[in-house]
Amino acid sequence: MNNTPEDLPPNSGATETAVKRRANVALGWGFLLSLVAFLSYIPVFAKYPVTRDVPWVNFLLFAVGLVFLFVGLRRAFAQPSLYRGKITGPILTILSVAALAFFCFMIFSLGKHLPPSTQAPKVGQKAPDFALADTRGATVSLASLLSTSDASHPTKGVVLIFYRGYW
Amino acid sequence: MAISVDSPAESQGLCNKADYTYMFLSDPNAELIRRYDLLHKGAGVNGHDIARPAEFLVDSSGTIRWINLTDDLRVRARPDQILEAAKAL
Repeated sequence: MNNTPEDLPPNSGATETAVKRRANVALGWGFLLSLVAFLSYIPVFAKYPVTRDVPWVNFLLFAVGLVFLFVGLRRAFAQPSLYRGKITGPILTILSVAALAFFCFMIFSLGKHLPPSTQAPKVGQKAPDFALADTRGATVSLASLLSTSDASHPTKGVVLIFYRGYW
Repeated sequence: MAISVDSPAESQGLCNKADYTYMFLSDPNAELIRRYDLLHKGAGVNGHDIARPAEFLVDSSGTIRWINLTDDLRVRARPDQILEAAKAL
């Protein structure tokens, strides 16, 4: 049974040339940066308004990652005798682009899927009263909060912050 | 004060973790949330109904003076925005 060169996988390294093919580091870095760009938003950058409202750090990381991937792809295809990566290159690039696309979807679309809340009380209307339990189990009503017990420090108002919960 | 569907125990846990000084109230069946038309059906963990984020400034007569109904989950009212509105009371 004869093994012709075409049977050998492209990245096997067992080529006829004297120069050993180098690992395509640019591809690795590019993919790694894209992964960091994708994964770091929620645990890190979403915590600060300056990097949450417009995730410019993540977009920057994606951009640099894609530049590296492009360099790696060019090396793999233009200099195949020097660099590996004709198969892993396109795979990693497609994964990174998909990550960027999903990231954009998450940022620009998912956050906006909110109910219209057209029946919510408007400015100038009375705020609906309530009686709810605080963290110690005591019942608190809006009316009681708005009434002033200390005449020298009259209650000017109350801020109601409704949030999603389950943090 | 902060209102959500979390139980008092859960809110206290959050309070301790994040060191908040204001009052946390529980609306476990989302009754008040519905009254204010802030229900976000199925948006919570395990498909629970929760509140969509919103802030209301109410003056001492019980009248609403300022509302923030964000149309993007990620963009919330900043403390200084609320303070500005409160100064006008």
